[in-house]
Amino acid sequence: MDVRKCECGHTNPVGTMLCESCGKPVDFQESGQPEQAAFPDMRYEGMARRSQTYSRTIIDRIWNFFSSVKIAIALILITLIASAVGTIFPQQDYIPVPVSTEADIARFYGETYGKIGEIYYALGFHNLYSSWWFKTLLVFIGTSLVICSLDRVIPLYKALSRPRLNQHLSFLKGQKLYGNSPEEASIDPAAALPAAADFLARKGYRLFREENALLAEKARFSRWGPYINHIGLIIFLFGVLLRSIPGFYLDQFVWVREGQTVSIPETPYYVKNVAYKTEYWDESEMPEKLNLNGGAIPKTYQTDAVLYVNKNADLPGAKPELAEVAKGPILVNHPMIYEDLAIYQSGVKEMELGALNFAVLDRKAGNKQVGSLKLDLYAPQTEQQVAEGITVRVLDYFPDFVMGNDGKPATKTNQPNNPMFALEIASAEGVKEKLVYVSGTVISDSKDPRYALEVKMPDFIDISGLMVRKDKAVPVIYFGALIFMVGVVMGTYWQHRRIWVQWENGRLHLAGHTNKNWFGLRKEMELLIAKMNWPVTLVQKGKS
Amino acid sequence: MNTTKRTSIRVAILGVLLIAFVFALYTSFVKDPHQVKAGNAAPNFSLPQLNGTPMKLSDLKGKAVVLNFWGSWCEPCKAEMPALQKQYETNKDKGLVVVGVNIGETPVAVQSFIEQYGAKFPILLDRDLQITKLYRIGPIPTTFFIDREGEIEEIYIGQMTDAIIAQKVAQILE
Amino acid sequence: MITISNWLLNAAFILYVCSSILFVVAVTGKQWSGRDPREHERRFGGLAYILAVIGFLSHAGYIVTRWIASGHSPTSNMFEFMAFLDFCIIFAYLILYRIYRLTVLGAFVIPLGILMLGYAYVFPKEATPLIPALQSYWLQIHVTTAALGEGILSVGFAAGLMYLVRTVPQQGKSRANLWLEIVLSVVLMLVGFIVLDSTFSRLDQNTVFQLPTQQMTNTGQVVNQQVTYTLPAIVAPAGATIVKQGPMNPLMEAPTWMEGKDAARKLNTMIWSILSGLVLYGGLRLLVRKRLGAALQRTVEGIEPELLDEISYRAIAIGYPVFTLGALIFAMIWAEEAWGRFWGWDPKETWAFIVWLFYSAYLHLRLSRGWVGEKSAWMSVIGFVIILITLVVVNLVIAGLHSYAGV
Repeated sequence: MDVRKCECGHTNPVGTMLCESCGKPVDFQESGQPEQAAFPDMRYEGMARRSQTYSRTIIDRIWNFFSSVKIAIALILITLIASAVGTIFPQQDYIPVPVSTEADIARFYGETYGKIGEIYYALGFHNLYSSWWFKTLLVFIGTSLVICSLDRVIPLYKALSRPRLNQHLSFLKGQKLYGNSPEEASIDPAAALPAAADFLARKGYRLFREENALLAEKARFSRWGPYINHIGLIIFLFGVLLRSIPGFYLDQFVWVREGQTVSIPETPYYVKNVAYKTEYWDESEMPEKLNLNGGAIPKTYQTDAVLYVNKNADLPGAKPELAEVAKGPILVNHPMIYEDLAIYQSGVKEMELGALNFAVLDRKAGNKQVGSLKLDLYAPQTEQQVAEGITVRVLDYFPDFVMGNDGKPATKTNQPNNPMFALEIASAEGVKEKLVYVSGTVISDSKDPRYALEVKMPDFIDISGLMVRKDKAVPVIYFGALIFMVGVVMGTYWQHRRIWVQWENGRLHLAGHTNKNWFGLRKEMELLIAKMNWPVTLVQKGKS
Repeated sequence: MNTTKRTSIRVAILGVLLIAFVFALYTSFVKDPHQVKAGNAAPNFSLPQLNGTPMKLSDLKGKAVVLNFWGSWCEPCKAEMPALQKQYETNKDKGLVVVGVNIGETPVAVQSFIEQYGAKFPILLDRDLQITKLYRIGPIPTTFFIDREGEIEEIYIGQMTDAIIAQKVAQILE
Repeated sequence: MITISNWLLNAAFILYVCSSILFVVAVTGKQWSGRDPREHERRFGGLAYILAVIGFLSHAGYIVTRWIASGHSPTSNMFEFMAFLDFCIIFAYLILYRIYRLTVLGAFVIPLGILMLGYAYVFPKEATPLIPALQSYWLQIHVTTAALGEGILSVGFAAGLMYLVRTVPQQGKSRANLWLEIVLSVVLMLVGFIVLDSTFSRLDQNTVFQLPTQQMTNTGQVVNQQVTYTLPAIVAPAGATIVKQGPMNPLMEAPTWMEGKDAARKLNTMIWSILSGLVLYGGLRLLVRKRLGAALQRTVEGIEPELLDEISYRAIAIGYPVFTLGALIFAMIWAEEAWGRFWGWDPKETWAFIVWLFYSAYLHLRLSRGWVGEKSAWMSVIGFVIILITLVVVNLVIAGLHSYAGV
């Protein structure tokens, strides 16, 4: 291994800027620059960073690439710009129309945002955050985090675990805060150093002493902050990656009518909507009178639900054997939780047609009501008895009636938006009449029918939209976030402070270094000088 | 630290990161691991027929199956019904079953539709869309051609003509 | 209770105005004849600081009373949020003042606070009950912490701006002083917007347009959409007809590619803001007869630039963890609880992430690439612009899950 020998006799690895032992700048004699300009940065204590040392193989080259902070910053900025571009138009997940095919999505961007929208779509920005290149960026950031940290933390650990005591004078003079006493000053080092040590100890500094040198150090741990927060981020990104493993993450959405039980796709669970309600704030509950123009502010969206597990889930579609596992209300912000499954209140279609109601009238008996008829729009009975001896049969049902191109009735969707029924009323007396219900009216095919249907208030139901999620990686992600916070707080709320007091060549030398809050360190050192009554003036250099 | 040791540590770390990278890319290309694809076995299921008796896909093992997902609101579905019926009639004895899966409609509506379009092959009712979701049905009609071993030979999205069905049926009957 | 609370906020506003006037007197009046500069600064600066503290207490009183009255923390709509953000800015200022005891800091931060509070007043002030999505204790935790982080970062911006005012040379023309003037004129545009909007909303000089597009009302009727302008209309929505005449006739129509009901109104507001900002800028320049940067430079004369750089960096170093915690981590926890996903790339989330990335870059550049002083100060200015985009532009322009908190 290539080494450099310092004049103090210590051998340093190549790339070292400050001698590991005495603190003398290793290269400055050769650089020929004036002393202060050449004094290296204290960032990594002037230690050799590993990656810079070798670049022989391709592995080393890749390593060096990711170990550069410049590259890391470039990655951060590219991610930043990409993220911003992704917010210009809504992402595919947020576009306001239900779209099922790529063509629909393409059309949406083109029609809504014009030419720019088309370009946006063509470049894949409508799905930017899950695109391969955005993920590549995130993985690169993760790689950079790992390699940058490894590359710096080891030399830094070595440097900091060996306190720089009794350093070369050029090291002290190179510090941003430095001052010395005149040669003729009447300072007794044997008394001054212990007194200063005493003072600094009371201020909470940890002391390292030699005969003529004193190093006071505080909050060294804050130097580890950046590395800890990087570990936190790596854990976080690892957690995000975990979610892609099958079984770690589930995202489903089901619409459930009141009274209906539906299966949750890709799980053995079924959920029942017992009842849904929306509540509104009452005026008496409001902090001040509002002009709502007849509107109202919703207070709760609530589904009373029952969760079942299907014991016969091996064969999809087979008759389920349901066993109740959880029961209770689901509200916004208060999901139903069962094991690692969570069910969220996430949408509602209110006041949807549920069933049509009719009164069956006997026209021969002076329009007397003889019975009532209910037609469930989701499961109409083929035949039902409405009164003694009178049955109604459903001949045809079009939930979303439309006249087809061929002139025959048809349905637009499978949702009962505009139900149309063809019915047959039969009585024991042999009457058989056909009736058609469409758009709120009943038409009979006989000229003088015996029976008539009077349209009554239909049943309205609420359809609740429930989101079902499972995310086993969340604890890992939270843990990563916690570690990140610990690291970042360590690194930003504490400062690593060092004060050197050294007696050499008949002068007292005072130097200070910190990674932030120079103002505080300076005040502390000035207080020390004042208390000790030393004839020293501190000078703060312009550049750190 | 000597060179070989250093290189091997670096290779190990970069290797782990490379695996993460490949995995992340893989997940951005393969969004749905449960996607039903041609070449895979058709997922088994059970659904009630129009008359109420349940039918399992696995019951049809040994036969070639045309699994057609349809809805009465879908014009191309209506249009291809007679062609399906025709192929069913011609190839019934050679071991072909055409199965129509209706998407979420009521028996009443399905019954009258079937009568109108004269489909005589088994019709299954997927009232909860459970199987529709399992098979990842997007636009309809979508038809799965399943061979005698229960493997999906081909997935066809959109309206089929008599000739198309005949050609694909011939393939799965082999 | 709401009345008391509004009254306390008005009192805070007036106190901040008085305080900043005194701060300006304290830093500019040093050279007045017959005065001991140090004594002058101490006296007026001290008084200004006390006023700021009283204003802060009154502001705190507003928050407490409004919280009690409405039963939730006052962070549920744009007015409440901006007022709370302003509270955080003042709070961060008070902390940093305690550390550094720099009088002139108040002369920059308190006016920034007034600006933010003035901006809050532009939005509807009613205390509304919470919609279900906001009914969570995470509303208080997430929004208050995020606002605190943003407040501290804003003080970092103020100190960064001071650094630039202090160090950008005013002799001759340079890119740096051009940009500084641009930053200052943008600040004036915000001032112009606030003044115009609050004046015209009091004058009640609305212009109402009927749009060619239609919408469905709650009762299911299809009606033509209407847009109400508070400010006089320079730009009318494309193809619209005037229903209620305002103080002036529109000069032109908005381009047709500007979609959305409120696009033209926003464009109109933007034009007014730019115009008024430029008028203010021109007026001030005529008044002081030099660049505004040069005029402001006098206020920060004699302060070590290094100290300003340090304050800016310190504020950002303190604000960054708070912002991360409030705007990202707490946001994730709440999102997981409310929506079942901790992250969804909603525009607001994305922009919070962008702010975080930007300040991460700032810290890396500073710590590893030695970006201190001017570069760092420009970064703090850009950072503040990104925060404003996140808080204001995203709510008003880009619709997303957070838009209920907007107008």
